[in-house]
This record gives sequence, C-alpha cells and structure tokens, in this order.
Amino acid sequence: MTYSYFPGCTLKTKGKDLDIWGRASMEALGVTLEELPQWQCCGAVYPQAKDEIATKLSSVRALVSARDQGRDLVTLCSACHHVIKRVNCDMAQDEYIRTRANNYLQLETPYAGETKVLHYLEVLRDEIGFDKLKEQVKRPLAGRKIGAYYGCLLLRPSKELKFDDPENPTIMEDFIRALGAEPVVYAMRNECCGGYTTLENKPYAAKQAGKVLDNAANCGAAEIITACPLCMYNLKENGGGRLPVKYFTELLAEALGVKEAEA
Amino acid sequence: MSDMTEIVKRISGVNPRKCMKCGKCSAACPAYDEMDYHPHQFVDMVENGRLEELMDSKGIYMCLSCFACLERCPRSVEPAKLIEAVRLAVVRQQDKNHLKPEQIPGLLDAELPQQAITSAFRKYRK
Ligand code: SF4
Ligand code: SF4
Ligand code: SF4
Ligand code: SF4
Repeated sequence: MTYSYFPGCTLKTKGKDLDIWGRASMEALGVTLEELPQWQCCGAVYPQAKDEIATKLSSVRALVSARDQGRDLVTLCSACHHVIKRVNCDMAQDEYIRTRANNYLQLETPYAGETKVLHYLEVLRDEIGFDKLKEQVKRPLAGRKIGAYYGCLLLRPSKELKFDDPENPTIMEDFIRALGAEPVVYAMRNECCGGYTTLENKPYAAKQAGKVLDNAANCGAAEIITACPLCMYNLKENGGGRLPVKYFTELLAEALGVKEAEA
Repeated sequence: MSDMTEIVKRISGVNPRKCMKCGKCSAACPAYDEMDYHPHQFVDMVENGRLEELMDSKGIYMCLSCFACLERCPRSVEPAKLIEAVRLAVVRQQDKNHLKPEQIPGLLDAELPQQAITSAFRKYRK
C-alpha cells in the first residue's frame, strides 16, 4: 500500500526523529509513504478568517498533488494535519474559499476537497488496524507506563478533524496498548501545553507544560508521547525535564524492532 | 469603529448574538489568567461595538489557538474565530505587526522548531 506523504518543514529539521522513525516503521509494516514531489510549508496555523485565501494555498497545492496521483494524503506533524485537514474541509464546504482558491491556482481540474487526509495514527487504526499492528510487534514494551499527550490540534474542532472523541480520546492509548505497554490516562492530555506562546510569553508556556507533566507523573506515567514538534519542544525544553518525552513514532520503531536494526 | 465591527463579524463568521452568556468558553480557556478580556467578553464586547478596547488588549496575543472555547461552546459561537479576527484587524494595519523579523534572532535557541517561528509570523504579522 502506498500513500502520498506530507512531511512538513519541521520534520526535515528539528523534528527529524518524528519523520525518520515514522517512515521506517511504516516500511516495516509494508506501507510506503511517498513524499509529495513538491510541497511547501503549510504555515503551521490554520488561518481562521474567511478572507484569508493566500495563506491556505500551500495546503491546497499539497491536496491537489495527492489527488493527481490518485492517493490519500498522510500527515504526521499534528500542526500540518490540523491545517491541511481544515483547509480541505474549506475546499469541500465553503464556496467562497473554494472559488477564490481555484481562481487563483487555475488548475486544469478545479479542486473541491476530493483528497482524503489521514493522520499517521489514523492509518494505524483504520487502515492497518491495531490488532494487526500488535501481531507485528517484535519487542513488546512490557511494563512501561506511558502517557499519551494529545494536545489540541489533532482533536479540535472535532467536527472538522473527526479524529477521535475530543474529550475522551482513545486512539493513542490503544496504540500504546498495541505495543505492549500500559497507557496512563490523565486529565491534561487533551489540554493545551501553551507551546504557541513560547516566543511571546515563555514563562506562561513553561507553566502550562509543567501542569501537563505534573498531572501525567502524578497519575503514574513514566514517559510521555506526542505527535507535535511544538509540544515536544515545550514539554521537553520548557517543562523542566520532569518526564522523558518521545515522538510516538520512535516508540513504534522500538516496538517493531526497527530502531535497533538501524542503530 | 462600527464598520470595523462589521468586518470583524464578517471575516470571523461569528454571530455574537447566538451567545447565551454561560461562560463555558472562558472556563475552558487555558490562557484565562493571561488575558485582560476573556473569551466570553470578546463575544459580548463585539456585540456591543466595543472593538477599540479589544484591539488594544493583550489578550489577542495570548490566545493559544487551542480551540477549547470553540469545541466546548454549547451554542457554536466559536469565540476563537472572533479573537483571531480582532487580532487581524490590528496587525493588518500599517506598522502594526506584533512581531518583526529583526526580533527573531534574539528569540531563537538550538532546539526551537521551525513551527514556532512560522506560526508566530503567521499569527502576529501581515
Ligand atoms: S505545521 Fe509545522 S511542520 Fe508542518 S509544514 Fe507547517 S511549520 Fe512545517
Ligand atoms: S503545542 Fe500547544 S497548541 Fe500545539 S498541539 Fe501542542 S498543545 Fe496544542
Ligand atoms: S482558543 Fe484562545 S480563547 Fe479559546 S480557549 Fe484557547 S486560548 Fe482560550
Ligand atoms: S460558551 Fe458560547 S454561549 Fe457560552 S458564553 Fe461562551 S460564547 Fe457564549
């Protein structure tokens, strides 16, 4: 099975581990993520204003490129996923945005939201299946207590993201369980870590990150996983080292035995 | 300012009159303590044409775009969209960018992801 893949700029630089282990693990599972031939940064925040068109075009280009290859589009960074998925909803549902964007791009075939956008975790859950994933695990992470940190961007707004129950998500816990570890559920897992304000108000970003980590630690987590490079930075760099933080793909690579093979 | 209020309503798509003043948005907001005006007040003040005060508030830069207020509002008012529209009303004015490229080098550190800079630029300048 082959999917089009949008890595995003952070995954080419500071977030390399998210990308490297993500690709290697999918290969091990028999799935190829084929990077889009050309892509531009999605901009990292979804532009909410109705009259913001230009800032949505890089996402539209990625969506069109996947459509033209006849493939679903897989994302990995939470922020890329959030932005691209919501722009896709706009292209499907908002006539004003669709018309303006198509006018600008002058495509041979206008785009109206046809591409299916899947987050990497959705591929694991809905295309491969966590039961199948479990069968592929070579080194079960037995005895490890792991807290999933969802943050905001994968879950909200749920009527557009349709990722999981926004208040009581289970996908990352099911993922952890499939790898043989024990998921730790804690209240702050779907509350914002404040990462976006790290440039504007670092003490506040640090305070929020501390709340997330304290809550997870108090509930018994010994480590945390995330899908967002900004959460990673904020929890790790601003969070005072209370708990180790990993990308979920690194955990996956460990369990699949891919990490040792490459190291 | 009344024209500006109309623009803010239009580009956000928010109809403040749907609000039933339950305060759930502000209760859900993780940035509550950092904001001088809170999400439910944005809704109320836009409805009452008090846009200038909102445009001068620091809350427009403290909003995390976490969408908790938007997700949890029982009336689908979507305050986050309103806060972004007010911020745009400010930063779209000439010389009103909140973040200037000259400031960036001083803010960098070795681990900072591109995402932090890209998003800050997108949020704080036009
Ligand atoms: S969201 Fe992040 S990683 Fe994704 S393309 Fe944009 S800035 Fe880059
Ligand atoms: S950095 Fe904050 S805003 Fe981004 S997903 Fe993580 S929690 Fe949410
Ligand atoms: S989107 Fe902004 S205003 Fe709404 S809850 Fe989050 S931080 Fe508060
Ligand atoms: S949650 Fe919705 S209805 Fe309640 S005060 Fe906020 S905007 Fe108004």
